[in-house]
Amino acid sequence: MDQTRRVPLSEIYRTFFVIGLFSFGGGLVSWIYRDAVDVRKWMSREDFLPGVALAQVMPGVSSTNCAIYVGQILRGWMGALTAITAMLSAPFVISLGAAWAYKSLLHIPGFQETMVGVAAAAIGMLMRTGVEAARPQLRDISAMAVMIASFLAVGVFRFPLVPVICVMGPISIALAWPNAKAEGEQ
Amino acid sequence: MNADTLIRIFTIIAPLSLASFGGASSIYAPMQHEVVDIEKWITAREFLDLFAISRAMPGPGSLFCTLVGWQVAGLAGAIVASIAIYLPSSIVVYGVGHVWSRHRGKRWHNALEKGLNPLGAGLLFAGVVTLAKLASDGFLPIAIIGVVCALNVWKPKIHPVVFLIGGGALCYGTYAFA
Repeated sequence: MDQTRRVPLSEIYRTFFVIGLFSFGGGLVSWIYRDAVDVRKWMSREDFLPGVALAQVMPGVSSTNCAIYVGQILRGWMGALTAITAMLSAPFVISLGAAWAYKSLLHIPGFQETMVGVAAAAIGMLMRTGVEAARPQLRDISAMAVMIASFLAVGVFRFPLVPVICVMGPISIALAWPNAKAEGEQ
Repeated sequence: MNADTLIRIFTIIAPLSLASFGGASSIYAPMQHEVVDIEKWITAREFLDLFAISRAMPGPGSLFCTLVGWQVAGLAGAIVASIAIYLPSSIVVYGVGHVWSRHRGKRWHNALEKGLNPLGAGLLFAGVVTLAKLASDGFLPIAIIGVVCALNVWKPKIHPVVFLIGGGALCYGTYAFA
């Protein structure tokens, strides 16, 4: 992780602020990549890519996880804190503004009906993300079993999430271990 | 609003932060259970509306928790909820990040990915089902969910806002003209 130059925190803040501001509907990790690797040349592609996997695997949203990873590489914990704060600051204010407006719009006739339609569309998009996430699991019987079991446990039987993760997580990783490969292995 | 409520917001959300594999979608089911069914802080309707707002506005899906905090306890609630959802998972990412890049390409990376991805996918569907149940009063919302999903698979380039506006307009139209 040798740095050719020390990236100022203000530059980290500005970059992630803009990414956060225009973050609609996911795909943010590729935005971060574009800024960090292509445009600002903060790091090489090889330094960035492990962060993508990390952001995906760890709990939390992959985009903010990725921001933490990049911030950390650039400037340690200060960089990580700057990156995530920057990324969330605009959406935080905008969302609260919308929630405030929502309260005053509630009594307008037809507003609630409209919101159901917006929510339904958002659920449809979420479901598509689910379809994409499920596709690679279908090739492997144990991955498929884990996926279905975790869906049933939390979505149908309403078991609490934390115990489900504590049980299913280790089982799933153990099941995946025999097929896991180090990079470069066939 | 009192300190007890803020503490409760934190103790509900913080564990979910550490368990949110696959992103925000994994926490919709447990959040619905805690804040609608058990605490009765918000109604099922409000829960669904806040979800819609969080998806229509910029920012990661987990800002949904911020909105729930806001709805329950105002600005203080929003701040506490945000810290609760972002801080625990961020600390884990930060901690593991050190080790992660040093052990690049090791077998355990691949095992973690292979093991946790199906878990995240299953939890995402759990979130979808929870939300769909809240939305499905009548045929139209279910049809919208299905059509948007199919359109999105078919034409991934369509901007999300188009779907959100389309869904809202369709439901408003049915309300206004029926």
